[in-house]
Amino acid sequence: MDTKLLEYTLRLGDNALILGQRLVEWCGHGPVLEQDIALSNIALDQLGQARMLLQYAAEQKGEGFTEDKLAFFRPEEEFKNALILELPNEDWGFTLARQFYFDTYNYFLYSELLKSSDENIKAIAQKAIKEISYHAQWSAEWIIRLGDGTEESHHRIQKSIDDLWEWTGELFTKDEIDLFAENDNIGPNLDVIKENWHEKVSQILEIATLKKPEAEWMQSGGKQGSHTEYLGFILAEMQSLPRMYPEANW
Amino acid sequence: MTKETSLEDRFQHYVDAENKIEPKDWMPEKYRKTLIRQISQHGHSEVVGMLPEANWLTRAPSLRRKVALLAKVQDEAGHGLYLYSAAETLGADRMDMVKDLLSGKAKYSSIFNYPTPSWADMGAIGWLVDGAAIANQVMLCRTSYGPYARAMVKICKEESFHQRQGYEIMISLANGTPTQRKMAQDALNRWWWPSLMMFGPTDDLSPNSAQSMKWKIKRKSNDELRQEFIDKTVPQAEYLGLSIPDKDLKWNEETKHYEHGEIEWTEFYDVIKGNGKCNKQRLIARNKAHDNGEWIREAANAYAKKQSERKKHQAA
Ligand SMILES: [Fe+2]
Ligand SMILES: [Fe+2]
Repeated sequence: MDTKLLEYTLRLGDNALILGQRLVEWCGHGPVLEQDIALSNIALDQLGQARMLLQYAAEQKGEGFTEDKLAFFRPEEEFKNALILELPNEDWGFTLARQFYFDTYNYFLYSELLKSSDENIKAIAQKAIKEISYHAQWSAEWIIRLGDGTEESHHRIQKSIDDLWEWTGELFTKDEIDLFAENDNIGPNLDVIKENWHEKVSQILEIATLKKPEAEWMQSGGKQGSHTEYLGFILAEMQSLPRMYPEANW
Repeated sequence: MTKETSLEDRFQHYVDAENKIEPKDWMPEKYRKTLIRQISQHGHSEVVGMLPEANWLTRAPSLRRKVALLAKVQDEAGHGLYLYSAAETLGADRMDMVKDLLSGKAKYSSIFNYPTPSWADMGAIGWLVDGAAIANQVMLCRTSYGPYARAMVKICKEESFHQRQGYEIMISLANGTPTQRKMAQDALNRWWWPSLMMFGPTDDLSPNSAQSMKWKIKRKSNDELRQEFIDKTVPQAEYLGLSIPDKDLKWNEETKHYEHGEIEWTEFYDVIKGNGKCNKQRLIARNKAHDNGEWIREAANAYAKKQSERKKHQAA
């Protein structure tokens, strides 16, 4: 078992899982039925990707591991998702601003994963890229709509864009796992993703008549397993039933 | 004979000949009103019906179940949309219908005012509640109003999928650990009677039904539909090895139907009156979603307006 590849797979899988888990909280509570359906679609895609990635991770871990074992029986510090994804949904604007930052990142990331030297990751990226492109387009359109909508929406979405900014840096900070992936052509050079991301985000924010945040301090730690206070509650809720009845099949 | 009655006669003949009424056709005002009320209530039921199951989305015990449940609840939102559109073909306005729901003026199916304390409720709701809905909706696929009938055809396909999905949850619980079996039985105990009540009061106490049957909006009586549902569902419970919580339930060899015990109608009317465990929460949740979404809807409208003005300027 290649522990670095496993680690890389878990990061991708946990990003999809934790975001999907956050998004399902909106189902039934969206601002209008059409958008409730649209966000549920994104949640479905994220959870679908999470399943493929965690299945692959389980396969690497070997005997006795399954996607559900990984989702429901790992403690906090073994989750490797980016911190931005575990933040509470707050209002719809905050949720969409997070989507915009993350979908844009994911779009550039998965476009590169299409060329991965790892056949499994490549195959998953091929399945996911169409969904992810659509998410990135959808969330960018909403940022424009809210930024250039009413005065209230402009102020509210600007605040979310600002508040989320410090959580974006982690997506592009390389550690040994990212370097391993880059060197073995499993994943991309994050510097390139960062450049593309900044260009796209600047462009959309400008159309949306919003200001791009300038703060330099960035939070980090999620992908190494060092989380905010929120993840514990996400897991307490998500894992409650399988952990209460570990011998049961559902 | 007045002109009005002759139009009504012609309408009745047309319906009797199994023709579908379309939005532009003449129809009695009462036919239109009955349909608007029924279709909008049906739409509200789909939308409020998302809530008891959405309650388990964050806690579904496997990723496969989580995805399936989310897809199901999302389908219900789609059903709400189809139905509101069908009601709009009769001249109703979606915002007005939604406001009536939020103010508590409009009704929705009482079944969604029951709580879902257990994961097994996701099985029981799919199996029994979607199952009862199907019995009703299969009939409505042949209702006399064209857009309603066509919406129902689409919806029915998805509902039978939901029912199978719910039943499949029941199968894994019924064949699982003793605790899981207990969960399944407990859910059946709680959902059985409310499901039977979904078909509405008994025929002798259902005053509006006769006119709806004459206009072929309804094609089977409440009691007939209830009986169909029971006959279909009892063997399914037997297959699961679960017992239906009705000591008077028995097979009648002569009629080839199951006979059931007395339904507790006082409970039904209590829940309708607003005394169910979740009546208040359901409306609070819908109102909160609506109020919190106001600035989003306003922004989307404002942006769309700006865009169309920009286009006009460019064209000019
Ligand atoms: Fe439905
Ligand atoms: Fe359904």
